Amino acid sequence: MTEESQTSETPQAADTTKRHAAPSISVAGAAPAIAPDHETDQLKITLGEFEGPLDLLLYLIRQDQVNIYDIPVARITDEYLRYLKLMKELDLAIAGDFLVMAAQLVELKSRMLLPRDPLAIEEEVEDPRSELVNRLLEHEKFKAAAQMLWSRATVEQAVFTRAEIETDKNNPEVAVGLFDLLTVFQKILARHKEEVMLEIEREEVTMAEMIERLRNMIRSAGELNLVKFFERAQSRRELVVAFLSVLELVRMAEISLVQRETFGEITARAVAAA
Amino acid sequence: MAEHSQTAAELEPQASEAVEADEEIQGTREISATELKGITESLIFVADEPIDTKSIAKVLRVDQSAVDEAIQSLVEDYADRSGGLQLREIAAGWQISTRPEHHEHVRAYLKSKPSAKLSLASLETLAVIAYKQPVTVPEILEIRGVQSPSAIKTLLDKRLIVAKGRKETVGRPMMYGTSKEFLIQFGLKDLSELPSIEDFQDLAGGET
Repeated sequence: MTEESQTSETPQAADTTKRHAAPSISVAGAAPAIAPDHETDQLKITLGEFEGPLDLLLYLIRQDQVNIYDIPVARITDEYLRYLKLMKELDLAIAGDFLVMAAQLVELKSRMLLPRDPLAIEEEVEDPRSELVNRLLEHEKFKAAAQMLWSRATVEQAVFTRAEIETDKNNPEVAVGLFDLLTVFQKILARHKEEVMLEIEREEVTMAEMIERLRNMIRSAGELNLVKFFERAQSRRELVVAFLSVLELVRMAEISLVQRETFGEITARAVAAA
Repeated sequence: MAEHSQTAAELEPQASEAVEADEEIQGTREISATELKGITESLIFVADEPIDTKSIAKVLRVDQSAVDEAIQSLVEDYADRSGGLQLREIAAGWQISTRPEHHEHVRAYLKSKPSAKLSLASLETLAVIAYKQPVTVPEILEIRGVQSPSAIKTLLDKRLIVAKGRKETVGRPMMYGTSKEFLIQFGLKDLSELPSIEDFQDLAGGET
């Protein structure tokens, strides 16, 4: 796990999170950490793919040990902007999401500065921060959920089922990958190469025609051996079109591909209308 | 591929597509309870995926309820025996596996290392998909606050999530949901076995 190793490299970051977050959250909180090392005058940065503006905000809130329901917007905004500035100075590409959040924070800050309408009834005044707080809480809930999944996966990895037995290959619902398809395609291409080609007249088959042909063949036979379908192609070009039309129908979820055994033949089937 | 996809509501009848949905299998022959129990255990053992009672009943041509009883009896046996194997309900089927407490020794024998786990980004994306499915990429972004293209690709590659069609909204974004493989890898009977997302509220907000 990349985050794990990152955290161990920056003990400061790990410590701060541990101090106030519930232990279950600290794992998911691979907090963005910029730890200045004053002795070497170097900065240590942890920025994994996990970090986004919400994580950064949560991290700042935890670090300052402030109540998430009563965020001191001015202070947190300043700290947030300081982080962005640091990232900029370090020539890190700042994702647009971070800038959007910065704008939202500054807006929030200015709204907090405005005096409240003295005539408004106390209960009806909505805290301008509530939307952000809700987003942060929602985000944190899912971090906790991710943590739960992590523990479940860990337990599951300690559980073993019996090794595969010979007949396991009779499960036809093996998903066919793109590479399996390419292998079939290459096989046919190679076969084509060996044949002496007598091209009498060029027959251009369009993609639409090819898709229609494929549909018809599957419809009439129920299922279709892809090798047979590709073999009908008269030219290399037609073969390419045939291949593309298979991909297209799979993409549109009109057909599904089934391979009964590893390296076996691939069959196309119409997907039953839901 | 398409056959593997299922919505949360359709999780129940799964293992064999030949079995009619929600149709209780009626037996056409009698097998003694003891024999049925033994046969059931054998089938669970050889099945390469968790096998459901309906599939067993269908193969044996016995009442589904009889298979259910046999399995309940087996579950008790396994619990009483406290041996090296466990019989568990997973992904709406039954599976025999080793007990997690013996993993060290099993692993030593198999010379297997724990396989590469998912990154936290992938796990978090998976959590959002598991709880919010079917969910679109923009909706995931809203919760995570970050784009997650690589996480989604990883999850698709590992077949933990599947595309669930497109949402009829601007841009017709693809919707994603969890797969049967997800249930198997995370040891879940079905999606309802996931703790409620609201239970995480206390962990998230409750500490201040």
